[in-house]
Amino acid sequence: MMDGSMKDIGTSVQHTIGLIVDDEAGVLARVIGLFSGRGYNIESLTVAAVANSGKRSRVTIVTSGTQMAIEQVKAQLDRLVPVHDVTDLTTDGPFVSRDLALVKVSGGGEHRIEALRIAEAFRANVVDSTINSFIFELTGSAEKLNAFVELMRELGLVEVARTGAAALSRGETGLQD
Amino acid sequence: MTIMAKAALNKKEASTQLMSGAELILRALKDLGVDVIFGYPGGAVLPIYDALYKQDDIKHILVRHEQAATHAAEGYARATGKPGVVLVTSGPGATNAVTGLTDAMLDSIPMICITGQVARHLIGSDAFQEADTVGITRHCTKHNYLVKDAADIVDVFHEAFYVATKGRPGPVVIDMPKDVQIEKAVYHLGAITEHKTYKPQTDGDEAAIREAVALLAAAERPIIYAGGGIINSGPEASALLTEFAQVTGMPVTNTLMGLGCYPASDKQFLGMLGMHGTWEANHSMHDCDVMLAIGARFDDRVTGRLEAFSPGSKKIHVDIDLSSINKTVHVDVPIIGDARSVLRRFLDIWAEEGYGRRQPTLDGWWQQIAEWREKKCLSYTDSDSVIIPQKALERLHALTQGRDTIISTEVGQHQMWAAQYLGFDKPNHWLTSGGLGTMGYGLPAAVGAQIAFPDSLCIDVAGEASIQMNIQELGTIVQYNLPVKIFIMNNEFMGMVRQWQDMSYEGRRSETYSSALPDFVALAEAYGIKGLRVEDPAKLDATIQEMIDHDGPVMLDCRIAKLENVFPMVPAGAAHNEMLLSSDAPSKPTDDEALAVV
Repeated sequence: MMDGSMKDIGTSVQHTIGLIVDDEAGVLARVIGLFSGRGYNIESLTVAAVANSGKRSRVTIVTSGTQMAIEQVKAQLDRLVPVHDVTDLTTDGPFVSRDLALVKVSGGGEHRIEALRIAEAFRANVVDSTINSFIFELTGSAEKLNAFVELMRELGLVEVARTGAAALSRGETGLQD
Repeated sequence: MTIMAKAALNKKEASTQLMSGAELILRALKDLGVDVIFGYPGGAVLPIYDALYKQDDIKHILVRHEQAATHAAEGYARATGKPGVVLVTSGPGATNAVTGLTDAMLDSIPMICITGQVARHLIGSDAFQEADTVGITRHCTKHNYLVKDAADIVDVFHEAFYVATKGRPGPVVIDMPKDVQIEKAVYHLGAITEHKTYKPQTDGDEAAIREAVALLAAAERPIIYAGGGIINSGPEASALLTEFAQVTGMPVTNTLMGLGCYPASDKQFLGMLGMHGTWEANHSMHDCDVMLAIGARFDDRVTGRLEAFSPGSKKIHVDIDLSSINKTVHVDVPIIGDARSVLRRFLDIWAEEGYGRRQPTLDGWWQQIAEWREKKCLSYTDSDSVIIPQKALERLHALTQGRDTIISTEVGQHQMWAAQYLGFDKPNHWLTSGGLGTMGYGLPAAVGAQIAFPDSLCIDVAGEASIQMNIQELGTIVQYNLPVKIFIMNNEFMGMVRQWQDMSYEGRRSETYSSALPDFVALAEAYGIKGLRVEDPAKLDATIQEMIDHDGPVMLDCRIAKLENVFPMVPAGAAHNEMLLSSDAPSKPTDDEALAVV
């Protein structure tokens, strides 16, 4: 590459990054602070202690940027002291990514029946119900959830809560802790 | 005694050694080889100060402002290669330290900063002198800790030193709640050889090193661009860099932070590069075919306009920090590793392959460099009536030859002139705030260096504006009888900003005149320091000599030409080969985009 500047190389692409971190006070602030301080995007971020590895948490971050920016994100994350391992799931092979959404829809008559029918087609569960409303729970790819929410918009959508992506690479191996 | 045997012995005596948190802190510092700390007392560190009072192993240097403690620790670290240690109280003590922490972060200076904190049960209650120190310093430290249990102190301190000094060095904060300083815990000898997560790579990838050496061996117009990472890697890295340049016959340029890592007096040295670098260094960078960047980070003050930075070269980048690679400039051969270890391999492979000194193939390149040198880009017009700043520094350089001179600077024009005119032949003798550009750095940094090297000639090259940012440290140098020399280049302007206003803002000198200056001689004398003033070029040498010869601190008010500008200069938004010299006419108007970038 003869162009000395890295700023404009490549187009912005979405990447899913997996992290294993020490489950200690402030670790999430370090990760988020790195993103905000350096101007990286966070499209979603999930974090929770992962039971089978003692005092460790797993963070899944969906971000977007040029290949060079993503390499920076990884390098910067890797030098945080409580970070054990970093992987760019998007470039490191096939991976599975799932969101969970809770979707509240209110209304009666045809709208209510149609909402229930579409929920069945999406394999959503009804986790709360009143005479005039449902809360649907569904998991899947971000695209599937987006599609469901769009359809519900026509049918009395009240509010949505989503977890953001949790993701693992396919196959036998995984992140080191 | 091995570490294992020591540990075993300590385990034995440990059962009897119940200590307070404050005592554990000092004992851990002693175990870690610390003999001096820079600090300022306050309510939340009273137990530590009480423990300090009762011991003689660690000397405490009382500064006059916490920011100065951090810069003194930086100066100490930069001059010795050891981490600098700071002790400040909670709240304002910690927030005053933030500038120095950020400075150390940007210049990769190893530092441990112990901050007092309110007692654990008061944290979060807006208690007196409470600040969220860990939150505030998360962005300006390499790592930080809040110690919630006295039993953790020893291990946290050992880990903190490991993190501060391994890999790319940096500042680490340890926040110590006051009740944890009082709480008792069992002492044990800490030891850390490998961290569970932080494991910087020190040996470069062999294949990449071989590829780099082959590229350099085949180069027709190579250049070595070496930065502060060489200094951080230790004096051996400087020696290896020098050897590699000598063996290969390649030209060397240094960043501001790298000055001294290659002898400035050597004929293969092209001077500093970048915004105020030399004509020959910047043109060589622009036209080279293979660039070896080592311990340097393609800072925007170095590269100029990125799109036009060294457009035709293959770039090799040796750095201990992966995040420095491809951050702003794409490189062809990245090598992650410690400069010393990688340079050793470079030399071995160079010898093994029998490349030798490739003088014949580099002749044309050196001829081109000689033409660039003919520009004599650092020449200036001298005067009989007024002291020209460049001349003042040339004379300072000449008159300090043969002494172990450690120079610190503040930030601005005087800093750039010092970088240009005070040739540094050895590492660890140049202390300056490069990345953050912190006015007020130089005087406390000189204090730190003078504490480490009482017999060296420590000179703070200052401007009349910068010196006022930490001038209270005159008290510190008097208290400890430090023979620090303060060489104020007084042009009655915040000169660098004034230069920019003249060049890019049509001379609107908005708020850059240094009004209401103190009488620096009288000020020095008020502290009991020798004050000198020189205005007449004919008396310059004698006055500098008087400053050097005086057995004690001196403040010299050197009145210089008021409107001299720093040249050469890569103007806003320009490329390396579009430099301005002092002889050039005023530059063309700068467009808004360029003004925003630089």
